[in-house]
Amino acid sequence: MLGKEQKLQALVEKSRELRRHILLMIHNAASGHPGGALSAADIVTALYYHEMRIKPKTPGWRDRDRFILSKGHACPVLYSILAMRGYFPEKELFTLRKINSRLQGHPDMKRTPGVDSTSGSLGNGLSVGLGMALALRARKSNARVYVMLGCGELDEGMVWEAAMSATKFKLANLVAIIDYNRLQLDGTNDAVIPLEPLDDKWKAFGWNVLKIDGHDFNQIIHAFSAARRAPRIPTVIIANTVKGKGVSYMENKPEWHGKAPNDNELEKALSEVVK
Amino acid sequence: MTYSIGEMIPTRDSYGRTLCDLGAKNDKVVVFEADIGKSTRSSWFGRKFPDRYFNVGIAEQNEMAAAAGAAMCGLIPFVNTYAVFAAMRACEQIRTFIAYPYLNVKICPSHGGITPANDGVTHQATEDIGMMRVIPGMTVIMPADAVAARELVFQAAQYPGPVYLRFTRDAVPVIYPDNTKFKIGKGIRLKAGKDVSIIALGDMVSKALVAQNLLYREKISADVIDMHTVKPLDTEILLDSAGRTGAVVTVEDHQINCGLGGAVCETLSERMNVPVKRIGLKDTFAESGEYEQLLEKYGMSAMDIVKACEDVIGRKNEQ
Repeated sequence: MLGKEQKLQALVEKSRELRRHILLMIHNAASGHPGGALSAADIVTALYYHEMRIKPKTPGWRDRDRFILSKGHACPVLYSILAMRGYFPEKELFTLRKINSRLQGHPDMKRTPGVDSTSGSLGNGLSVGLGMALALRARKSNARVYVMLGCGELDEGMVWEAAMSATKFKLANLVAIIDYNRLQLDGTNDAVIPLEPLDDKWKAFGWNVLKIDGHDFNQIIHAFSAARRAPRIPTVIIANTVKGKGVSYMENKPEWHGKAPNDNELEKALSEVVK
Repeated sequence: MTYSIGEMIPTRDSYGRTLCDLGAKNDKVVVFEADIGKSTRSSWFGRKFPDRYFNVGIAEQNEMAAAAGAAMCGLIPFVNTYAVFAAMRACEQIRTFIAYPYLNVKICPSHGGITPANDGVTHQATEDIGMMRVIPGMTVIMPADAVAARELVFQAAQYPGPVYLRFTRDAVPVIYPDNTKFKIGKGIRLKAGKDVSIIALGDMVSKALVAQNLLYREKISADVIDMHTVKPLDTEILLDSAGRTGAVVTVEDHQINCGLGGAVCETLSERMNVPVKRIGLKDTFAESGEYEQLLEKYGMSAMDIVKACEDVIGRKNEQ
């Protein structure tokens, strides 16, 4: 058994590998969304290497935990982690966004092994997760459902419809994770649609609210355990993150929301993330 | 539940009863509702199977995507609201989260067409078939009466993939013997005729039968087909009928564009040179009023069907 420090260090190593894949695949595709993929990378690493009960050799396992990347444009983070966990070969990552690829521009559950839900149209993932959580409970499965939302995505009214109904149905098997990097396509959340006080909003909707640093594995892991202990209410983890995390020239820059690095930029980015 | 010919029953009532039967037979059947369960009749299921009945409130988009999530976990969700809200307010959820992944979700709205007559335009669904029909992989159905509703809902539960079935708010006459067999995608010839084909849908099938009788008195023999499945369209029965009569009238409680009339014209224009006339709303909204009054005012009565038949027969004879 690994000690706690070693466990955390192993996650850090995995997150570096994950960032490397993300950058390489977006560079190769010459389009995509690096900023939001990098901000989500540590949480996704913790989900797939620590928290979720999954069987990569049996992607359709009925009692697996589910992950919905509601902010589907960040899918390089999902494809990379799935390849690392062995759902499909890593070399396939270089087919992203290309014709005949299993890796679509936004996640397609019917094409890509390990993708639990189609996503990409914002605001829908929490409702899909709600339906999954209801279905799993009706089937008496212990499986849990994790939904990652972007902060800009919270502009969508449907998110709040789902938030209200998840409390009504007392879905303790549902966890929402907000990748709170405070940027969206056109600028900051504050400039587009202010979200604060965000924790009060979720509390008012009856959720168990946890606020963490979304790049601190210790805090991420503790939040997941705390969510498991919440009795009869859904949990939202508001994870403070940095858009473009790990690549200095991308960090906190909205222009890296949906742009691929060129050859020189890639080289610099890779040298930073492997450190 | 059995029905007798001539009984007046809203097809939503038949649906509600059938849903309870399905629930008893198959524990994978779950039901989503958006706060109008007493009206859609889904509440009948909710009383019997409260653990499989999810009322998400007045939130149709959330309802539709949640049904998708339940289907992703292997259940068979039936989704209830009014047709105008299902097909339009939750259109993108149907398209991207149900049809694109080809999930086993049955969208079963009440209040199809102008049957919510006095409620007015906000509650009438007169574009929904067109919007559902254009989505790849969707199956689109409107049963003509309570027997058809019962049988087609049973079929839909067995049918893999997404299905949109729309029902009537108002009562429509039972036209089928109770033991009639239906098949999704297979139209039914109700009357055999040689002069004109009347291709009808849903609540308008009974009007087509009245028109057939009126035409018969004028010695015009009409082939009447219940095209309960608009998609996939039964092109075999359509081409056979149109080929024999050489003149076609479509009849639907929907806009004449994009619905059954649109589907029939798409097929015929590529395969056969026959005159067609479409009965339905002519690129206009209706209004509040009694159902029969609205049919009359908007050119959808049995007499309008008769006139349309005479028109296409005239055009056929000029050719």
